[in-house]
Amino acid sequence: MKTKDLVYIALFAAIVVALGLFPAIELPFSKVPITAQSLGVMLAGSILGWRRGGLALLVFVLLVAVGLPVLPGGRGGMGIFFLPSGGFVLSWPLAAVVVGYLTERLWGRYNLAVALVPNLVGGVLVVYAIGLPFMAAVANISLGQAFTIMWAFVPGDVAKCVLAALAAVAVRRTHPLLAPVATASSPSRSGTR
Amino acid sequence: MLSLYRPGDSVLHRAPAGPKLVVLLVTCLAVFLVDELWFTAVCGTVVLVLWRIAHIPYRELGRQLRELWVIALLLAVFQVWANGWHEAAMTVLRLLALLLLASLVTMTSRTSHIVDALESAARPLALVGMRPGRIAFLIGLTLRFIPLIREKAEEIRAAQRARGVERRPLALLLPLLLKTLTMADAISEALDARGFEST
Repeated sequence: MKTKDLVYIALFAAIVVALGLFPAIELPFSKVPITAQSLGVMLAGSILGWRRGGLALLVFVLLVAVGLPVLPGGRGGMGIFFLPSGGFVLSWPLAAVVVGYLTERLWGRYNLAVALVPNLVGGVLVVYAIGLPFMAAVANISLGQAFTIMWAFVPGDVAKCVLAALAAVAVRRTHPLLAPVATASSPSRSGTR
Repeated sequence: MLSLYRPGDSVLHRAPAGPKLVVLLVTCLAVFLVDELWFTAVCGTVVLVLWRIAHIPYRELGRQLRELWVIALLLAVFQVWANGWHEAAMTVLRLLALLLLASLVTMTSRTSHIVDALESAARPLALVGMRPGRIAFLIGLTLRFIPLIREKAEEIRAAQRARGVERRPLALLLPLLLKTLTMADAISEALDARGFEST
């Protein structure tokens, strides 16, 4: 891993923190804040790829774990992982890996419509697939009940997918950091592994 | 960025971070595995005693409970309705005990000590070619980036206000990404130029 990769990892971990500074909206009854931070998960995956994107979110989860107030409302510390919503934060590294992996597979024919796929699969499906069972276990409720609480977040998440796709397509045009998986042996551009 | 650490010199403050993290992990597993009300209640009581030993003022406990009471109450009401009193007490007590223990660990351990503990826990990863020593570097670099990103965001906002651009998410996000990526390139070149050892 080159110096450049480390710096990109830190940059995107910081971008996820910065996105948390936008005012969070808390839905009544669930206390799970709607945050722009999951947008950062999609951006990290679709701009950096699976390896660097996943590591960026791993660094973010470490920042939470070591007690820095990097979650919306200045929250942080290990206690977060014991809240019903803790699984969502914990899912982010894997979510970024999935977004990044799919993005790398689709890199050759990347456009706005294609860019939505990794974001929806990694940034929404994976996050809910981990977050909901976690919530069900911590709050001692069924999966269906957990989803009843969380469905209100889905429209916002889909909107974030579109925003991340728009941004990722534009960044790919001017500052591409990935190489298509199929032609991995071809001369790589700046910053590619 | 201020950490959630509360300075002090109690036994808990002086205890190394690694074992505290292990205790937290083991307690968490035990509470879920034993799954008995009396056991969870004992754990909860021990946490309160530890809170006392750490000399963390109970005002802090009150503050954290104020943030939690809505969720605890909703959980309790729902559990009583769906599963009865026993399950309700169990779920709420477990949530509070584990959460307060975890925040106790956070409040009595310096960020740098937790980072060190995590680095030594990650040391086996060196066998598969990863560099656990990079964890502290990455965390430090990330913390340095946060104010830089805010600064860039404000610059972009100011320029756009001057041109009369409305608040649109993409109009801020995209230039911010491109500017910070360019900045990251410059920083990594600067690091390499100063002989930053790369793997």
